[in-house]
Amino acid sequence: MAVQINLKELSKKEILLSPGHRLCAGCSAPIIAKMVLLAAADYPVVANSPTGCLEVSTCISEYTAWKVPWIHTAFENAGATLSGVETMYRAWKKKGKIDKDVKFIAIGGDGGTYDIGLQSLSGAMERGHDLLYVCYDNGAYMNTGIQRSSATPLGADTTTSPAGTAIPGKVQKRKDLTRIMAAHNIPYTAQASPSHWSDFFKKVKKALEIKGPKFINVISPCNRGWRSRLDDAIQLSRLAVQTCYWPLYEVVEGVTKVTYKPREKKPIEEFLKVQGRFKHLFTPENEWIIKKFQEDIDQEWERLLKEESRDS
Amino acid sequence: MSAQGWRDLTPGAVVLDAGNAREVKTGTWRTLSKPVLKEENCSNCMLCWLFCPDMAVIVKDGKMVGFDYDYCKGCGICAFECPGKKGQKAIVMEEEKK
Repeated sequence: MAVQINLKELSKKEILLSPGHRLCAGCSAPIIAKMVLLAAADYPVVANSPTGCLEVSTCISEYTAWKVPWIHTAFENAGATLSGVETMYRAWKKKGKIDKDVKFIAIGGDGGTYDIGLQSLSGAMERGHDLLYVCYDNGAYMNTGIQRSSATPLGADTTTSPAGTAIPGKVQKRKDLTRIMAAHNIPYTAQASPSHWSDFFKKVKKALEIKGPKFINVISPCNRGWRSRLDDAIQLSRLAVQTCYWPLYEVVEGVTKVTYKPREKKPIEEFLKVQGRFKHLFTPENEWIIKKFQEDIDQEWERLLKEESRDS
Repeated sequence: MSAQGWRDLTPGAVVLDAGNAREVKTGTWRTLSKPVLKEENCSNCMLCWLFCPDMAVIVKDGKMVGFDYDYCKGCGICAFECPGKKGQKAIVMEEEKK
């Protein structure tokens, strides 16, 4: 897509997420939410969020940070709720009760998407509802106190996979949800990062132009859970892309395209060493985890590139 | 902020005033430092505006004019990401006395 996004022009638009939300200082989730809303600014939007940091912090009691119609849903049913709303909208459109071209967007964390909300998300995708699901993946249940989720990477220290003498942090690998979504054979699946904002904007815009179910997985650094600095959320998401821990790619109608290829793939240590949750890996007895981590990344990157050359 | 009884709530507890979270001044959360704009080093790239998690960067007619300290939580992402001019940052974090 040749569309260039001009930030100066964009900055004249109203951001449809208000300040005063209670997400932590330096959190990536509101950055991702605001980018999605800015990219969708050409349409009337109806949004919803399953339980998670973003949901509990943007809508406390009688205060909301959302300037678009937004529905709070329980942990497990963001997909189902938005399916219902989208179906009602189609029925109204048929009856001539509404003539706007409304876009439906769900924004959920990894707990509400990878784990608890997976069945309703899968159902919404399979039924072919016209909606976009955006997952901000911070890799654990940060909102309730950093418990491991199926998005937590190998070796990460969380409160339910504590690194110590018994285990070296989480012993399992993370689930590859983007591939699971692509395996639903939906028209659009993508992976994005707030650091590569232009790529992210293009993906949201592209997804909204497509009719049917769409899914975008976005990496969302969390300084509380990742034990990192207060000011490096964007830098961490950049490192995740540069190390190929978080490859930027899209699958459009079954065709895979890698949208960003780092000139030089950085070693995974550069991503791991700046996070306290991986600090125990830098010891002789845990070296094998870093090695395994790198092997897994290399394998996945190779697979992606192979898939891309097969499809092109 | 005033506490409401259940009788005062709308049906379904729907919040009708969109974006009323702005009544909550999260700027009081800042503990260490606050971002300060050095205009002479600013190229108005708008990255701070784009990356601010708290919508606390004030932009007028395509120009970055300062910060809304009522909401800025002092995370410093703007200063970290600021490309500045000739190696000089346009946003620096300055210690804040309370």
